[in-house]
Parts: sequence; C-alpha cells; structure tokens
Amino acid sequence: MELFWLAAGTIVIGVFGCVAWFWGSNWVLDAIYPPRGQNAGDNIRRANQIRPWLFLGPAILFLGMYLVYPVIDSLWRSLHSSDGSRFVGVSNYTWAAGDEKFRESMLNNMLWLLVVPALSTFFGLIAAQLTDRIKWGNIGKSLIFMPMAISFVGAGVIWKFIYEYRGPDETQIGLLNWLVTRLGGDPQIWLTLIPWNNFFLMIVLVWIQTGFAMVILSAALRGIPEETIEAAILDGASPMQVFMKIKVPQIMGTIAVVWTTITIVVLKVFDIVFVMTNGQWGTQVLANLMYDWMFRGSPDYGRGSAIAMVLMLLVTPIMVWNIINARKELR
Amino acid sequence: MEGMAGKRSSLSWAVNIAAFLLVLLWTIPTLGLFVSSFRDRDQIASSGWWQSFSASEQTGFVRTGTDDDARQEGGLYVIEGSVLEGDQQLVAWGTGARRPAEFQPGETARINDGWDLTVNADGSYRLTSAAPFEMRRGERIFTTTEVPPTITTANYQRVLTAEGLGRAFMNTMTVTIPATVIPILIAAFAAYALAWMQFPGRALLTAAVVGLLVVPLQVSLIPLLRLHNDLGIGKGYLGIWLAHTGFGLPLAVYLLRNYMVGLPREVIESARVDGATEFQIFRRIILPLSFPALASFAIFQFLWVWNDLLVATVFLGNTREQLVMTGVLRELMGSKGGEWEILATSAFISIAVPLIVFFAMQKYLVRGLLAGSVKGG
Repeated sequence: MELFWLAAGTIVIGVFGCVAWFWGSNWVLDAIYPPRGQNAGDNIRRANQIRPWLFLGPAILFLGMYLVYPVIDSLWRSLHSSDGSRFVGVSNYTWAAGDEKFRESMLNNMLWLLVVPALSTFFGLIAAQLTDRIKWGNIGKSLIFMPMAISFVGAGVIWKFIYEYRGPDETQIGLLNWLVTRLGGDPQIWLTLIPWNNFFLMIVLVWIQTGFAMVILSAALRGIPEETIEAAILDGASPMQVFMKIKVPQIMGTIAVVWTTITIVVLKVFDIVFVMTNGQWGTQVLANLMYDWMFRGSPDYGRGSAIAMVLMLLVTPIMVWNIINARKELR
Repeated sequence: MEGMAGKRSSLSWAVNIAAFLLVLLWTIPTLGLFVSSFRDRDQIASSGWWQSFSASEQTGFVRTGTDDDARQEGGLYVIEGSVLEGDQQLVAWGTGARRPAEFQPGETARINDGWDLTVNADGSYRLTSAAPFEMRRGERIFTTTEVPPTITTANYQRVLTAEGLGRAFMNTMTVTIPATVIPILIAAFAAYALAWMQFPGRALLTAAVVGLLVVPLQVSLIPLLRLHNDLGIGKGYLGIWLAHTGFGLPLAVYLLRNYMVGLPREVIESARVDGATEFQIFRRIILPLSFPALASFAIFQFLWVWNDLLVATVFLGNTREQLVMTGVLRELMGSKGGEWEILATSAFISIAVPLIVFFAMQKYLVRGLLAGSVKGG
C-alpha cells in the first residue's frame, strides 16, 4: 500500500512539478518582459527569443544527461582500465578483437542481422498482402500483431513450451519435439544444438517483429495508386506479377524503413538470449556479452564499455541515414 | 469471363487458407501458454498442452496392505483395498516393474506361490492366500490410469498469493505509470517548441532527436548508474523513472513534433493575433488536438516499460521485494525450470496487462507506428 502512495505521490509531484515549471517560467518571463507598455514590441521580441528554451529546457536536460553524456562517458571508459583509473589507449578494443567470445558474439550478431530483418519483412509482407484481401483480415492482423505486446521474457517462456525436450522414451511436452517424434524423428535438445540453436532463438524475435512489419507494409500497400495496378492487370499481369513487379517496387522505401528499424532491434537483442540460453552453447550476442562484463563476477567497465561502443558504432550508419531522411522531409 | 470468375474464387480460397495457416502459426505459441496455465503440474509434465482436452494416461504403483490388514475369510487370508484415487480410471495393471500393464482389469494373477491378486475396473483389489501373509511391506501393484481432462485455477491462486507475484505486479505498476506519464509532459512542450516556434538551432535539435532515437540504451547503463550514485539517487524507483523518461523522450518528442507540425496553421496564427500567449495556445489548442499522438506514445511507452527487463535489472535492486514481473519470470526460468505450472501462470499474468492494453488501444498503436517507424525499440 505504501508503494501505491509512493507511486501516486510521484505522479502528482512529477506532473505538478512539470506544469509548475512550464507555467511558472512563462509567467516570470512575461513579468520581466511584459508584452505591453512603451517597450511592448521590444519586450515581445526578447521574450520570444527566450521562450523556446523554457519549453525545451527539461527535454534537453534529460536527453543530454541520459543519452548524450552516457555515450561520451562510455567512450572515455572504453579507453581506460577496468575501474577507470588508468588510461589504456585502445587495448580494450584490441583485447576484444582477439577474444573468442567477442568474435562469436560479432558473428552471431551478423547472423541475426541477416536473418531476422529478412524473415520478419518477408513474413510481414506476405501477411499484409494476405490479410488485406480477406474479410476477417483485421482480426487476422490483430492476432499476428499481438506478439508485439509480449515482453521478450514472456516470449522466452512461451517458446520454452515449444522447444522443451524430454528423453526419447518419454512423452514429449514440447510441441516441436512432439511433431518431430510423430514424423518418426528423434527428439532434440534444440537450444543446445550448435549452430542451429541460434536460429531457434531468432525465430522468437521474428515471431515478435513480423506484426510490426505487417502493419507498416500493409499501410504502404494500400497507399499504392490503383491506376498502376489496374493498368498492369489490363496488360495481362498475373497476381504474382502484379505483386512482385508493380507493388513491391513502389513500397521499396517503406521496406527499407521496416528493415532498418528491425535491424536496430536486432543489434540490441538481449532479453531473448539472456533468458533462454544466457549466451551458452555458442549463442552469445554483443548486448549479453556486454552485460556479462559489466555486471557479472568482477565487473570490467573498460571492456564492457568497449563492447557498448562497438554496438554504438554499428547503429551509427542507420542513425546517419535516418537523420538525412528526416532532414529531407523537413524541407 | 466465367473462367476468370472461377479462377478468382479458387484464388480467394487459397488466400483464405494461407492467411488462416499464418494466423494459426502466430497464435499457437501464446495459446499454448494460456492453456498450460490452467493445467496442474502432473498434467503439464505428462502430456503436451495440445492434448489437454483429451484424457491423459498416467502410470504409477500402489502398495497393498500388509499382514496387519489381512483378515480371515473361511479358509483364506484376504487383503482388500483400492488402487485408484479421485476420478481416475483403470486401464491396465501389473505386478512387476518390467511389465506394468500385464493384466486387464478384472483378471486374476498368481504371485509369490499361492497368492491370488485380482484388480477390478473400479480399482478395488483382493489379495488372497491359503496361508497367513508374511510381509513387512505391501505388494506392489502397477497401474496405468486414465485421468479425464481437468481445468484448474489453483495455479493462479498459488502464484498470486504464495509466489510473490502479487508484489511484483505492484512493483511493475509503480515503475510503469510514472515512467509513462512524466515523459509525455516534458515531450509535449519540447515538441511544440520544435514544431511552432522560431529560434536558431531548431533544425539541428530536431536532427539530434532523430539521431538519439537509435542510441542503444546499453551504452547508458554504467555511466547512468554511476551518475545516479553520485547524485545520491542510487538504485530505486526514482532512478528507474528518470532513466525510462530519458530513454523514452526521443520517441516522444519525435512523434509529437511530427503530429503537431501537421496541425492547421490558421488556428494557431489567429490565436496569436488574438493575443493568446504561447502557454495558452499550447494548453487550449495544441494539447487537445494532439490527443491521438499523445495516446500513441503513451501506449508505446507503457508497453516498453512494462516489458522491460534490462533497465529494471540494472536500476532497481534484485531482492525478492524489488523485482518487477519480468525479473520474477527470469528467476523462475532459471531456478524453477521444473515448475512448469508456476512458470506458465506467472508468464500469462505478466503478459495479460499489455495484451489488454494492446487490444483495447490498437488503433492508436498502429497510428503511432506509422508516424514514427524509425524508432528501434
């Protein structure tokens, strides 16, 4: 119960504090430069120069403190020894380049980067195309979209019920092994099956992300001008040709957006690996490796930060691409 | 034309079936968890959840009574009892571990030179001997029984009371609600400034927000934990609220700015001409008109914070009282791998709230996704 009051109190204080800041600072500004009297014009101009910064202040403070500063601090730490006391140059990075676990993580991350965005976009495109053409399409869309609302940890539990292994003589309670034994195969411990276990983890993320891809791509497909499709049909194009040669090329831009968005999710993938295999059996990824170095055993902030900076480096091209696109839109 | 119509209807059949299969494939995993959460431990361990609507077979053994339980009946010594409990049904039985299903119910087996054992379909057994019994432990009877499918809510009762999930639920709520409300306010003001005010550096700031959208929050963990310690916030709710506010802001500002830019210019200009202050314009015009965008972001942030494990693990303590639901789930997966019924039920409770929010507010979620599809989770 105290917890409830604590939370309620914080909401009230937080909300009230925010409102008080915005209202109060605006009031003070108007008091210093009143928009009337003999200097009204001058005052309004001055007040309008300051006001945006009052509106932006808290946001800039938070963005600076919680996103910009950490990147700089991580960079600094990655160049220092484990407790930050000694400058060590790039030795944390050269350590990483030679470390077997780091190489494994890089390789796995690359594998994730190839497979997950491709499969999610592919299934999303198919799902969008199929559900747009049937009566119960909206219900179907909801159900495919649903995993999006489920946490990675929850998804881990859900898929545990699919990958579970029991000895060959016992009743299989994992759906996958049950199917395999039904078809005459031997049950497998899927999550320790190197290197295929990586794919079994990826499937979980594909399952979650397909709905996202579907929603975006479905909107893009509906935005295609009817005339182009009608013209193609009149010219005798088959439904498959219409889809592949008329529709897909027109939504290439959207496909790229979906692809890069999922790419970023993939780069940061942590929870799924963390709860399902914890990086054992050759399934380590960068985010989990970083967590290991930062919070397990004797923490090494230098190495952990170096791995974090590698992650940062990997998202940078997408960041630049996004900024360029956004600026194009702004004009 | 007829041919074309026929082709179209067969194609639409194919589309319907394909869509159905796809939806089925995407729904089955969650359905499995849902069904499992209503089954008891023995059922989960002995059969797959997809078999939970048919009777399941179990094997086991019971011991007969010993010489103390024997009574004399005519010239015979007799031990009687039942091998069944509850609503089980006997399928087969046996007397040795090698052949546990050797006999049908009602058959009589001869064991140990001169003992006759009969087990009936109703579970009653009768062990007879001409000589007095001499045994310290009862004779084993192996049984194969069929249990009718049952649905139980006992898991939910147990999880919510005894397993501490109720506490975790409260913790998650405590983390989530302020962490959703506070960034909205801060972002709304900033977005308005970026969308409708003139000042030098506006384009640069907007670009910075877009750039910050994709910063991996892993980069922030250690520096922020250090910063919080230096500021005296330490590990606790305040820290996690601030952290989630910071991490959620880029998306919030980006979504709201994009939405506010699209609001009709005339309304805002005429309000300015009428002498309304910027604060009044914001509160009376911009905020109400931006409701859809505010709702979109609120859902994103709610789902993201509720489902988060990493930030909670780092910024909250890891004692039993401080864990959020994702943390409890993670612990259950590690330490209680065998307690399927607890795991399934806890998982379902933890995903129930986001699912309700999802289905209730899907419209806004989709709208938000379409407006801000550069954010990467």
